[in-house]
Amino acid sequence: MLRAIFSHPSGRIGGAIVLLYVVIALLGLFDLTPHDPLQQYRIDRLKAPSAVYWMGTDLFGRDVASRLMKGVGQSFLVGISAVAIASVAGTVLGLTAAWFGKLWDGLVMRVMDVLLAFPAILLALLIIAIAGPGTWTSVAAIAIVYTPIFTRVVRGPALSIKSREFVDAARTFGSSKTYILTRHLLLNLVAPLTVQVTLALAWSLLTEAGLSFLGLGTQPPASSLGLMLADSRNLMEKAPWLLIFPAIAIMISILGFNLLGDALRDILDPKTRSRTA
Amino acid sequence: MTLLSVKDLRVGFGQDPAKNEIVKGVSFDLEAGETLAIVGESGSGKSVTALSINRLVDFGGGRIIGGSIHLTRADGSVLDVTQASEPVLEKIRGAEIGMIFQEPMTSLNPVLSIGTQIEESFRLHRGLTGRQATAAAKDALDRVRIPDAARRLRYAPNQLSGGMLQRVMIATALACNPRLLIADEPTTALDVTVQAQIMALLAELKRETGMGMIFITHDIGLVAGIADRVMVMQAGQAVEQGALDAVLDRPQHSYTKHLLSAVPHFESGRAARTDFKRKQGEAPALSVDGLTVRFKVKNGLFSRAQGAVHAVENVGFDLMPGETLAIVGESGSGKSTTARAILGLVKPTRGRFVTHKGSISDATDPATQMVFQNPYASLNPRLRIDSILAEPVIAAGGKVTNETREKMKALLQRVGLPEDSLERYPHQFSGGQRQRLCIARALMLNPSIVVLDEAVSALDVSVQAKVLELLVDLQKEFGLAYLFVSHDMAVVERIAHRIAVVYAGEIVEIGEAASVLSNPQHSYTKRLISAVPSIDRRNQRFEIDTRQVASLVRPPAYEPPEARWRDYGADHRARAEA
Amino acid sequence: MNYLTRRLLTFPLVMLGVSILVFFAIRMIPGDAITAMLGTEAGLLTPAQRAALSEYFGIDQPILIQYWKWLLGVFQSDLGISVTHGKPVLSIILERFPLTLQLAIMAMVVALAVGLPAGVFAATRKERPSDLGVRIFAMIGQSTPNFVVGLLLIYALSAGFGILPTMGEFTPFSVDPLRNLSQMILPAVTLGFAFAASVTRISRSAMLDVLSDDYVRTARSKGVPKRRVIWRHALPNALIPVVTLSGVEFGYLLGGAVLVEQIYALPGLGRLVLEAILQRDYALVQGCVLFIAFNFLVVNLLVDLLYVALDPRIRLGEGG
Repeated sequence: MLRAIFSHPSGRIGGAIVLLYVVIALLGLFDLTPHDPLQQYRIDRLKAPSAVYWMGTDLFGRDVASRLMKGVGQSFLVGISAVAIASVAGTVLGLTAAWFGKLWDGLVMRVMDVLLAFPAILLALLIIAIAGPGTWTSVAAIAIVYTPIFTRVVRGPALSIKSREFVDAARTFGSSKTYILTRHLLLNLVAPLTVQVTLALAWSLLTEAGLSFLGLGTQPPASSLGLMLADSRNLMEKAPWLLIFPAIAIMISILGFNLLGDALRDILDPKTRSRTA
Repeated sequence: MTLLSVKDLRVGFGQDPAKNEIVKGVSFDLEAGETLAIVGESGSGKSVTALSINRLVDFGGGRIIGGSIHLTRADGSVLDVTQASEPVLEKIRGAEIGMIFQEPMTSLNPVLSIGTQIEESFRLHRGLTGRQATAAAKDALDRVRIPDAARRLRYAPNQLSGGMLQRVMIATALACNPRLLIADEPTTALDVTVQAQIMALLAELKRETGMGMIFITHDIGLVAGIADRVMVMQAGQAVEQGALDAVLDRPQHSYTKHLLSAVPHFESGRAARTDFKRKQGEAPALSVDGLTVRFKVKNGLFSRAQGAVHAVENVGFDLMPGETLAIVGESGSGKSTTARAILGLVKPTRGRFVTHKGSISDATDPATQMVFQNPYASLNPRLRIDSILAEPVIAAGGKVTNETREKMKALLQRVGLPEDSLERYPHQFSGGQRQRLCIARALMLNPSIVVLDEAVSALDVSVQAKVLELLVDLQKEFGLAYLFVSHDMAVVERIAHRIAVVYAGEIVEIGEAASVLSNPQHSYTKRLISAVPSIDRRNQRFEIDTRQVASLVRPPAYEPPEARWRDYGADHRARAEA
Repeated sequence: MNYLTRRLLTFPLVMLGVSILVFFAIRMIPGDAITAMLGTEAGLLTPAQRAALSEYFGIDQPILIQYWKWLLGVFQSDLGISVTHGKPVLSIILERFPLTLQLAIMAMVVALAVGLPAGVFAATRKERPSDLGVRIFAMIGQSTPNFVVGLLLIYALSAGFGILPTMGEFTPFSVDPLRNLSQMILPAVTLGFAFAASVTRISRSAMLDVLSDDYVRTARSKGVPKRRVIWRHALPNALIPVVTLSGVEFGYLLGGAVLVEQIYALPGLGRLVLEAILQRDYALVQGCVLFIAFNFLVVNLLVDLLYVALDPRIRLGEGG
């Protein structure tokens, strides 16, 4: 699997980016940053990038590079937790909807339709309005926003696998529901789910950054990429590094997951395998 | 006059075509008005050869890497197609070379009306527009005997049946009277009686227009009715070519001989099995009585059922231990639904099954097992073979012990697969091997009845023969009763002791195989049998018949009239017809 | 059952679900409504005043009755009164909506004008450098959040050309079209950037799928020239996923682009919701969210109508 990813051109780039970010995120989360991200070096306010402050300092004299690392860690923490919840919830809902059909399917899918009728950021805003801003609210909000997508992604293929002959065969043996749902359906859904998880990580990073930018995600003084961008708005002409570095950091992290997701889709889905050789 | 002359044609695919040669030096000539049949199994390069003649192969990733294809054009000039530029080729395609394909359902553009698609040829090559083009399109549909052509022009492709669509394809291909028609397996996706219709139509149009034709098929039985000359292909090479009679009667190459002898050909009951006699007083392995399956048809969310599809209607038969009963019929006849109902995959509306163990009502009876049609879909691609074979044992509440593994190994060996198969995954096996795996899986619980639903239909013809042989051996060894569902009369003839012919959900004729096949009584059975292609029936003519299959949808609470049966021998009876 | 009938039947069902979700979600917000409305002043109320206010706003009644009354109001296009604006919610929404609609249309025009030709172009030049170029552009476009595009655009313009794109008070199109367009073009490009990237990707892959379909081979076998194969035979079949994606994106854009409106200081629907949430103006939040979901569902219904026009298979009741 790893070899397949790294022999795929966009998989190679995407995989490398994701790996790099994981390292940065871990360093950030365990405070292994060049400076303390909260420490205010008052005499060094709004310093341009230098050997000491790799990405310069902000209005309060805090080290941008350290805050960025911490922010990446924060974004990843939110993104990964949210996607983990959404993928598990979506898989259970989609799988049972496809298998039991009828009333349960109708109910689940209508509820998902209702959730999908709101733009992602609006739904997240609504949830945050209820629960109040904060890191774990963001996780919940993003998880709820992406659950319908996972439900749909699982239900479609699950329905088609359900009508495949090996499931018919299992039914003629009298295999149990649990056996069929786990060994026949779930096992064959691993491929589309992997792709979807990767792509959802990209979106959830995007949503988390947006929420923080609006001041409804991670709360200051903790650092997050969205907050850093919001802070840079009035200073971008004087201190463009405050804008450029977090902006590029967000773009490349999302790009990494998108590239990796595309590569996984090519590798795992034989239909498109020949297309992007 | 030579219409087409192909010399040492080589075609490759992929990044490095020279390394991946699919057609390896094929040569043949085609005279004007002559029909050449190219026969071969999948992967033989027959379709690639055909697609090279109008250079459509370029669009599928292929490249001509050697040889020449000289086409004599309408104005008498000779063109080497392999060297022609794309604009020149566009002038030739459709105007001088027409082509029809295997899948009529997908070969027409779903968003354009049939009229638009036929008119296009006239617009492109004859410069017709507006009314003239429409009129020409109507004439083209008339020519392929589509009734009510003017109205059908406005139809979208999904409103017509496969057979009708293939006629539309033929009309489109022949719109500009091309001097050469390439037909790439044009009847493979169609029912056998529809196939007979299309073959008859092609033969007539050939006579009417005097066009040359290249007819590609995997079914050597089919060439007898249409070809003047035959070319047999294997692994990218033409292993034999010659006049029709010479190739069929005096094959030279061993592969041709193999195709002619090892592959099941229909022999009107002469090849039927005679190795089974029913014993007096023996209890049947399975007895089906009054099986009826109906699906309700609804028109709105809240409206009441507007009727029902009578998919299976009052089907009954006995199946003895060690006996094969074949259920034959065309698509939509209800034959597969019957099999699925017996296994509990479809809920019967009415009816009773009795095995020697007593009445059964659902699928979990380990005495009855099933083998499905598509060997690529009936094995979970993510499970290893040992898990696949263990599933019936686990489902029956058993444990996977050393003994089970021994049994798996023994069965694998018995169906002719290597012992290390247990640690492999389905994708590492060929279609024929997978079907052997499915058979092994069905035998894990020592069943007394095996239902085989089109079990060899998806396999290449020579593989078919071997799997059939295996099935016969296993039947004798384990005393299995087979319910063999199939549309293929030639296959049925090799394996069945008894045959039940189903039409529109009902059995119309049932009895001893040899008797039913050699002396059919019901009009549908007769039609079915006369439509089976056979190397014995050369240049036989078919009546053109545009009847559509009767609708199976009936009003609510409809009950069909009681069937009246007439006997034609000790074990052969057919429905009396009005 | 007919595809459209089924869609029409689920529409009110989903709308009902939306109304329930919106109504009860708002009531899950901690703290009582009167404190939320009046802020600290609520502390000065006597119990009697409080009760009177509760009665006035109808919040002393059981929640189901409140919901029923609200729903009845909605059917009479009465979405309640905004506390912060002191005006009917619907009239505030309708004031802000034209801007959002204009922005969504402009963004979609940008996206389709760039994305569709780019996707088709790339599909016909599969694996060649030009295809790779288009794909890299699309990949970057899809990976850049709208507000980052907006911030970078503003920075590039102000640092590079000394132009500050946020030019004062918003001018409606009807007042001064030129000034309006000059204010709207940057937000539209910002929103259109990622949208165009998605359109490019989906039209490329749909085109590639369709170009390998049997009927395209049939068209070629008839001698149909390359351009006609692409535009007449392949594109109509490839449009369905493009229409789906554009419809969904457009529907979401009608809900307002919170972040981009925020960056360019545009008084659109998105910012209205954000302000309403921050100011705890619940009647307004409720009304906006309902309005937005309604628009989204209507757009989806229109997209379904478009499918029917595009594909006879759906028109004739085979839409799966």
